[in-house]
Amino acid sequence: MCCALGAAAGASLAGSVAAAAAVDFATDVKSIFEMNCVVCHNPQHSQDNGKFRLDSKEEAFKAHEKDQRIVPGHPEESLVYRLTVLPVSDQKHMPPTKNKPPLTKEESEIIRQWIAEGANWPDGMKLAIVMRVDFVRDIEPILEKGGPVAEKSRDILRLWLAQKANWPAGISFPNAKAAAGASAATGQQIDFGRDVEPIFAQGGPLTDQAKKTLGAWVDQGAAWPAEDRLGPAKGGAQAKEMELVEQIHQMIVASAKEKTQADMTAYTNTIPGSKVTYAMAPIPGGQFLMGSPASEAHRSDDEGPQHEVKIDPFWMEQCEATWDQYELFMYPEETKEAAPSEGVTNYTSPLADAVSRPSKPYVEMSFGMGKSGYPAISMTQHACNIYCQWLSARTGHFYRLPTEGEWEYACRAGTTTAYFFGDDPAKLGDYAWYSDNSDFKYQKVGKKKPNPWGLYDIIGNVDEWTLDQYAPAYYQQFKELVTEPWNKSTKGYPQVVRGGSWQDDADKLRSACRRGSSADWKMQDPQLPKSIWYHTDAQFVGFRIMRPLRIPSALEMYNYWHSGVERE
Amino acid sequence: MNTQQTPRPELTRRDFLKTTSTLAAAATLAPGVFAAGSDTLKVALIGCGGRGSGAADQALSTQGPLKLVAMADAFKDRLDGSYNELKAKHADNVDVLEENKFVGFDAYQKAIAMADVVILATPPGFRPTHFEEAVRQGKHVFMEKPVGVDAPGIRKVLATAEEAKKKNLKVGVGLQRHHQRGYIETIQRLHDGAIGDIVAMRCYWNGDGVWVKARKDLEQQAGRPLTEMEYQMRNWYYFVWLCGDHIVEQHVHNLDVVNWVKGGHPIRAWGMGGREVRKGIDNGEIFDHHYVEFEYADGSRLSSQCRHIPGCWDNVSEHVLGSKGLCDVGGYRIRGAAPWMFNSPGARDPYQQEHDDLFAAIRNDTPYNEAENGAHSSMTSILGRMATYSGKEIAWEDAINSNIDTMPAVLGWDASPPTKPDANGRYPVAVPGVTITV
Repeated sequence: MCCALGAAAGASLAGSVAAAAAVDFATDVKSIFEMNCVVCHNPQHSQDNGKFRLDSKEEAFKAHEKDQRIVPGHPEESLVYRLTVLPVSDQKHMPPTKNKPPLTKEESEIIRQWIAEGANWPDGMKLAIVMRVDFVRDIEPILEKGGPVAEKSRDILRLWLAQKANWPAGISFPNAKAAAGASAATGQQIDFGRDVEPIFAQGGPLTDQAKKTLGAWVDQGAAWPAEDRLGPAKGGAQAKEMELVEQIHQMIVASAKEKTQADMTAYTNTIPGSKVTYAMAPIPGGQFLMGSPASEAHRSDDEGPQHEVKIDPFWMEQCEATWDQYELFMYPEETKEAAPSEGVTNYTSPLADAVSRPSKPYVEMSFGMGKSGYPAISMTQHACNIYCQWLSARTGHFYRLPTEGEWEYACRAGTTTAYFFGDDPAKLGDYAWYSDNSDFKYQKVGKKKPNPWGLYDIIGNVDEWTLDQYAPAYYQQFKELVTEPWNKSTKGYPQVVRGGSWQDDADKLRSACRRGSSADWKMQDPQLPKSIWYHTDAQFVGFRIMRPLRIPSALEMYNYWHSGVERE
Repeated sequence: MNTQQTPRPELTRRDFLKTTSTLAAAATLAPGVFAAGSDTLKVALIGCGGRGSGAADQALSTQGPLKLVAMADAFKDRLDGSYNELKAKHADNVDVLEENKFVGFDAYQKAIAMADVVILATPPGFRPTHFEEAVRQGKHVFMEKPVGVDAPGIRKVLATAEEAKKKNLKVGVGLQRHHQRGYIETIQRLHDGAIGDIVAMRCYWNGDGVWVKARKDLEQQAGRPLTEMEYQMRNWYYFVWLCGDHIVEQHVHNLDVVNWVKGGHPIRAWGMGGREVRKGIDNGEIFDHHYVEFEYADGSRLSSQCRHIPGCWDNVSEHVLGSKGLCDVGGYRIRGAAPWMFNSPGARDPYQQEHDDLFAAIRNDTPYNEAENGAHSSMTSILGRMATYSGKEIAWEDAINSNIDTMPAVLGWDASPPTKPDANGRYPVAVPGVTITV
């Protein structure tokens, strides 16, 4: 169980047991089962695995045909041990190698020793599904972000610490101020500010002493002061940005009108300080089957398995965001001075003006395909996020990109077919611009028929940014109903775009079709560093905004608008 | 700025051998200038902005052992930012000691001396001087486009290009369309007669404009007033002596493509232009639109538009009409009797390709000199500016022989730039019909 610390350390971080001592179920075995087995072997699981439950003592010790999963004193006869030490190429290997990494030798050894010692499982001790914390995916973003830590983030940190706080070699936070080394000895009362915070502020691989300190802190309940702010960001740009988000949040909360789904109606808004409008359509909350069935023509493996997803009510922009809207954000001050827009008088918004703006592109970003009434293209996901922040500051509504789940829910609009109008691509031309009818370019938004929820060009014309990191196997983890899934980005590529574009053939416009961004999308940006605002080679990518009914907390807003992965 | 032909004492033995063999028998020296393609090439970056840093990144991404050994910029902060980016990306190949980071107007000379290959990426006004110095010191060169902003500068580049050939130095110019497969294949077809004789041409760089560095922001960052020279150097795009106007700095790409298709430069031009909305306090002296007709030696004409005004019809492209068809050159598409379209999944990044090609030529000692073409394309764009600023018809011969030198007499932070703001902070702007440009 001390595997993650590396052989050299040899001691358990969480201060539980030394390797030679008797294995304790609660501290040593339980988390291995929870992280690796119970995710499938539980009563809710719809498939066969549900029969082999491992979530309670009674179920775990039941005999199954001629095999027994746990035979106290006889690990070699116990499936829960035997299947974990099969070669990974063996189909019976547990956990299934296509879903999960194999147990480490140390973990298998702990199970073996526990069974050999009599497999003592305290009566009544139930197991839950526990996520295995991954440093890069789960921990690094929290530590790098700085600023206040959300309750959820604290839970993840606690879990990570409980799972030995493995800090991969080579990971460090160069902006972190070198902090005084943690000096607390195990056994001493841990003080967050004195002992824990300096460890995070320092970044880089944890020393053995730091691990001991963290371990002791976890043993003592991992108390995390409410007002904490982690190291790197202290007083820095991120903290300032957080202050701005908090002000925008206050304004949005103060002006909120709609309280329930019944209050939600379609609306058209004029961007203050301009004559440019955008229209939002209400999308009822609900549940849908995300992904496509294996039987769907042109279906790709990343579209499955299909899984139930619950989505909260929101508004979705009826059309793809146009250059008319986006250029208000792109070209602020000097344009205003040179050519004040007609009919616009002295509009000021200190909050919106405090939001950062794109650098001016060197090349012309519509690539000659048209501006007024046409969809804005070639921007990064980061640029869309900041556009949403800017528009929120200007309008007093909270806007963001949709998650991949929200996007597909809105696109399907209650349908289950390959396209929202059915399975036959012959009708596609009525609803979408794509390779057969686009004449090699994007077209004006809103000229085709909408989907059943009133969304125009939701397929075709331009691909649309979502908030999610693209992971081909992302759907495989969902074995039960999942609410508002969001695969938050931990790296710049790939991120998800949806809907297909003017360049694509019909199969790429299917509701379930997924596409990930790539570094190639900046190929023709000759600068170093490459722009965080433009994908010079993504002339097929645009976006539309959404607005959830529930106004999120300021911290959630910060996390939606600041992926933290915009730099190459 | 003087043209010196005598070798400097720092010339390496290799350069000495090369120079003497050139004098002895130019034709026999081709192979073996470098001992092998496995030699470590030392690179210096002159001009550490975003594009210079990008070019250094691409140079360091070519095949074979390389080291960035020196950097030069007018400004220390620009140099440091560039160094950090490059070091982060090429930790092992960036070996620039603190004493080899040169700052100031004369920094380029010291950085050039340390390298085998130099990247010239300052604002284009300095390019002729820097190119001349690099070749004088016997270095291979990658220089960004445009290669000059006025006729004396272009003449210097043309003379230096000849010198580079004599010294067997390789010269690449950042007109990357020449290294872009779609352009190469399309223009090859045009040269093979796919649409017959080329009788009319159009090209555009109509966009929204580029970055502006506001004086008030710059002074806020610096915490003090800037000298006029500092301000113009920071906000260089808006001053002719540094940038050449956007017809030169940007539209040169499209004019270069048309010259490439036509196999030569125009012989005269006339046009119109001005600044309709580019009137901000930090918009210096350049125009926001130019329309020029260029006439080529065979009598065919090119209509050229370039504009920096948001909210208008935007387009960056080149089109030619032939006696047997049409071609959207940048769209890689031919219509007419023999329709054709270039289709290349996995096309190479042309900015990387231009460095791959240059460094391969250096390592294999194959002929490589893009300076003359770069000079003619830059001069074509300067001819266009001369026509729009003056409102007159201008002949190529008069243009290229003009003695109007835009460079300041003295370079220094307290020196006088060639144009200065009036009491309201506004600069004189060219007036068609009045302004003399030749």
